[in-house]
Amino acid sequence: MKNSGYYSQFGGAFIPEILVPTFDELETAYLEARDDENFWKEYLELMSTYSCRATPITRLDNLSAQIGGASIYVKREDLNHTGAHKANNVMGQGLLTKRMKKTRVIAETGAGQHGVATATMAAKFGFDCTIYMGAHDVKRQRPNVFWMEQMGATVVAVTEGSQTLKDAINEAFRDWVTNMDDTHYVLGTACGPHPFPEMVSWFQSVIGTEAREQMLDRTGKLPKRVYACVGGGSNAMGIFSGFFDDKEVELVGVEAGGRGRGSGEHAARLAYDDASIGVAQGYKTFFLQDRDGQMQDTHSVSAGLDYVGVSPILSHLHEAKQVRFEAATDDKVVEAMQRTVRHEGLIPALESSHAFAQAYKEAETMSPEDDILINMSGRADKDIFTVADAVHDPKWKEFIIDKADAYRREKHNG
Amino acid sequence: MDKHQTTLEQSIRKAREKKDILLMTHIVLGYPSFDDCLRMVEDMVNAGVDLMELQIPFSEPMADGPVILKANAEALKAGATVEQSFEMAERLTKEFDIPFLFMTYYNILFCQGVTEFVERCKAIGIQGCIVPDLPPAEGQDYLDAMHRCKLAPVHIFTPNTPEPRMRFLNDNSAGFIYSVARKGVTGKDTAFSSELETYLSTCKQNTSLPLAVGFGVKSAEDVNFLRGKADIAVVGSETIRVMEKEGVAGVRPFIETLVA
Repeated sequence: MKNSGYYSQFGGAFIPEILVPTFDELETAYLEARDDENFWKEYLELMSTYSCRATPITRLDNLSAQIGGASIYVKREDLNHTGAHKANNVMGQGLLTKRMKKTRVIAETGAGQHGVATATMAAKFGFDCTIYMGAHDVKRQRPNVFWMEQMGATVVAVTEGSQTLKDAINEAFRDWVTNMDDTHYVLGTACGPHPFPEMVSWFQSVIGTEAREQMLDRTGKLPKRVYACVGGGSNAMGIFSGFFDDKEVELVGVEAGGRGRGSGEHAARLAYDDASIGVAQGYKTFFLQDRDGQMQDTHSVSAGLDYVGVSPILSHLHEAKQVRFEAATDDKVVEAMQRTVRHEGLIPALESSHAFAQAYKEAETMSPEDDILINMSGRADKDIFTVADAVHDPKWKEFIIDKADAYRREKHNG
Repeated sequence: MDKHQTTLEQSIRKAREKKDILLMTHIVLGYPSFDDCLRMVEDMVNAGVDLMELQIPFSEPMADGPVILKANAEALKAGATVEQSFEMAERLTKEFDIPFLFMTYYNILFCQGVTEFVERCKAIGIQGCIVPDLPPAEGQDYLDAMHRCKLAPVHIFTPNTPEPRMRFLNDNSAGFIYSVARKGVTGKDTAFSSELETYLSTCKQNTSLPLAVGFGVKSAEDVNFLRGKADIAVVGSETIRVMEKEGVAGVRPFIETLVA
């Protein structure tokens, strides 16, 4: 194993000895795929015929006028098959899994989007599939669990730790150290040991490559700012990577502000001052941890951003001041989502709505000459329960009560 | 690494002159409480345990199975800190005349400062460390500090480790080599078979250090299997399982059955 995969001081591969040969194999397969033009061609072909690439950009005509500042564009990753950018990474790793001749895939999932995407890929490619999901997240994302199981995946509810994304990652690693011979771990974000941060960012770079061209085609210029929500950071890495060489484009990562700065209930690793550098889950980055290095509980209205660490590449870009980090609080996020649904008919996931909230706030202060671009990383179908609660919709509650009564009668009658 | 013999290796070799296999046990500091840890160590030493791993609890013990995972979580829930772990370890090394090692994950060292952590180990009489998520390529600071303090960095051989990698790990280790008997995490069953015997002989051929074998060792039969094939049998999760089932008082009789 080479001592590689560092982005200034962040990254690395802090892995148990048993996985060293597995990571060597993965890195080799990944580097070979990168060198093979046909691989990327096959990948793009797959994404255009099975998912919905290239995804379009949409101008928010009504909200741009209403807010009265910058002209707002949205990159539509919600139009991917399974409803989120996660498909980009998963299909790419699926092709790699085939190349490595493995027959089983495992994955962690927070919001469930990555789990659904992995289960979909496994169904298509004929792999066995096990998905690890925090028990807390299983509860708040039942619709996704339902689809994973329909697709033949085994969903394991992880009851350890905080029962969220980080615990699901630990469990997936525990599976992998036992079953590495036939199993590939489809890590869902630009985190974890090398080569995952780089490899996942590579698959997601398709977003940024398309978006840059589309903005130039559409507006004749580059956007002034690009917004993306940041959990692990893969959708942000994806869209930002299209603009790394454009110094005039400001890149803004939006983290989960939860109940706000100083509340201790958030998942803002870079925007707030609560995180410090540490090593966990196989890589070095900023973690929300205590002085001893024990990981802290995080909070977000969106399961997908509720994570203690962040991509080592983004920690590097944060320190190098190439990406500005902000945090949006739960209430602002729900508000931004409702506003987008009501006035544009788009349904951004709660994760993606973080980027919308920050973009709306900043658009106001910008000139109508300026364009901004938001990455809509996913759609909110999966969030229907959480959102219905957040907006206190009485008709929804009635529907659920009726449905529950009907199920209860059914059970009672045998 | 220059192959000076560490105190740990010397004690192991000396103890081996009298016994054909040594026993190493594992506890998680602060689980179920620091007082119980003290009692368990006392019982284990009296029952004939030759060396011990003291695990400093960590919130993300990636390489551990359900039993030790839960022990880590419970210790932290009860408020165990790294400071308390050091204090307990210092007391143990003073009171009991067997070698003690720390086992923990890299973030614990990193947050204390690697050099500070290692120097403190030296100061309180800890003889070696096992850090399962720190491959030598990521741990040069750690290896240098351990070497300077003449402590033993113990690395792990696995059934997946190619022989050149075993030699590389051996060159970066001191004290002993910890060979895991199978893939997977701690605390699951292991087949003690001829396949394992072949693997252990490969391990022996690729290290100049004493060989410890762990993962799934839980009965006198397992320990007997390892006689002549390894220097140290490691009983980890099983002791914790026994303690959970029978209380702290059950630990000593259990250990006695292993060394009988």
